[in-house]
Amino acid sequence: MTAGTLDDTAATVEVHDVHKWYGAHRVLNGVDLTVRPGEVTVILGPSGSGKSTLLRVINHLEKPEIGHVSLNGELIGVRRHGDRLKELSERVILTQRSRIGFVFQNFNLFPHLTVLDNVAAAPVATGKLGKAQALELARELLGRVGLADKVAAYPRQLSGGQQQRVAIARALALRPGVILFDEPTSALDPELVGEVLAVIKDLAGSGTTLVIVTHEIGFAREIADRVVFMDDGRIVEQGPPAEVLDHPKQERTKDFLSKVL
Amino acid sequence: MSESPGVAVSAEQAPPAEAIPRPDDPAAPADQKPLAAQRVLPIRRPGRWIATAVVLVVVAQIIHGLATNPFYQWDRFGYWFLRPTILDGLLITLEVTLYSAVLGLVGGILLALARLSRSPVLRAVSWVYIWLFRSVPLIVVLLFLYNFSALYATLSLGIPFGPAFFTFDESRLATDMVVAVIGLSLNEAAYAAEVVRGGILSVDQGQHEAASALGLPKRYQFAKIVFPQALRSITPNYVNQLIGLIKGTSLVFYVSLLDLFGSVQSMGSTYPGDIVPLLLVATVWYLILTSVVSVVQFYVERYYARGATRTLPPTPLQKLRAGVTDLRARIRKEAAV
Repeated sequence: MTAGTLDDTAATVEVHDVHKWYGAHRVLNGVDLTVRPGEVTVILGPSGSGKSTLLRVINHLEKPEIGHVSLNGELIGVRRHGDRLKELSERVILTQRSRIGFVFQNFNLFPHLTVLDNVAAAPVATGKLGKAQALELARELLGRVGLADKVAAYPRQLSGGQQQRVAIARALALRPGVILFDEPTSALDPELVGEVLAVIKDLAGSGTTLVIVTHEIGFAREIADRVVFMDDGRIVEQGPPAEVLDHPKQERTKDFLSKVL
Repeated sequence: MSESPGVAVSAEQAPPAEAIPRPDDPAAPADQKPLAAQRVLPIRRPGRWIATAVVLVVVAQIIHGLATNPFYQWDRFGYWFLRPTILDGLLITLEVTLYSAVLGLVGGILLALARLSRSPVLRAVSWVYIWLFRSVPLIVVLLFLYNFSALYATLSLGIPFGPAFFTFDESRLATDMVVAVIGLSLNEAAYAAEVVRGGILSVDQGQHEAASALGLPKRYQFAKIVFPQALRSITPNYVNQLIGLIKGTSLVFYVSLLDLFGSVQSMGSTYPGDIVPLLLVATVWYLILTSVVSVVQFYVERYYARGATRTLPPTPLQKLRAGVTDLRARIRKEAAV
């Protein structure tokens, strides 16, 4: 185990031949993906193609039936035991998760805590920072997402765009090696999408590893180093945005893009 | 009570033809405000006034009956209300309630966690416990416990059929108070478990996911994220339980513990002529206890509403102030018109 040494440095994420199914329904059918440090990867695809499940497998919110995920070479949620994989205890998995930021479609802020406490809670609870340092960091991060004046508010007193920016600050507070975004703008009114995308764009420029599931094709073209197109639980095609978005090789990709563009 | 708003409106518009002229009325004085700038008169509701009058008469009659009917013997009520025997009983009631409420809630939380756990054994044990104690009447549980010391003279903790680590002499341990508290707590825990479980289930799944995704330790997730949000729906249900418990304590009389009801009963058998005022004494004390609990409930609920609503509900004092201010403003307005 090399736990605790990755903070603050952009991480490599490797997904190896991941299969996931619920009963007879196959959600992921052998996904391989490598995300290099500092790279911004945007995952596109029709609904039900397994994009969100893939993200949730990366931070082990979902357990893959076959295959595994590693962060900087360290297996997530499992350990090697001879030539087999054994599940780790929940405590170790929680520690691993604290190095992977996750931003939800529905924000999932803690409604009974103030904005400041939402951001400061995780570094204190996981023992990474003392209370005073955590509050200082939370203020700094909230300033970075443009919400320095909202520290004392409760989440439900904020707009959707503001809530999502708090959620991003909350994910950043653990100084994760990679941040996963699960359709971060899908629950927002159109005029609020821009403020959230601006914050994500700012992060992309700062060299953090990002994996983003989104339907914003224009945004993907603008910030992605790589675009991954998924359908039916598989990666159909991947490459730089200019290649995948403008000159797709696969029929399925062409078909999807012709519908959404 | 049938109302006809249409009639009320037309009746309102018709008579003061001088005061509110129609805009197309050529005879309208030039200094009259245009129709758009005039205050809208509220609709009259005669039905509501009649209903109010009827209810007030009935209430007045009930109060009059209560005050003047010699059957209630209010002088005897005054004599008994603060008697030491009654107050001793009240103290017992409060003690039994307090201990059982705390033990019952702690037990309920543990049972709820067991029922929500991933271990099938814990789930089954919790389910059976809740099933059993919700099925057996409290009085049966109490009498069972009361006779328990006769069935088992000593109680020991150890390996079944093996050595015992601790041995209690039960006849000394099981005072009436202990029997009452254990009985009520066993019963209370079964109901509290369902209240707590319902509260935990009412917390959005996204909250569990967010807490997990942040890597918050399991204990922290429950204590700081899930449980405080669950308390919002646990509070009103548990207070309901608590009020039931306060009244349920009157059953401890049957295990020879003289609580409020018990003292009233025993005084009533000594002074049969005073049984009605004595029952009134018990009634008023139970009313007072329930009222105190309700007031506490209001403030506890308000505390846990932080963040759940954009603005907190006003306290009664704030409501009163706002009401007075509003009334003054209306009187001033009426006076100005």
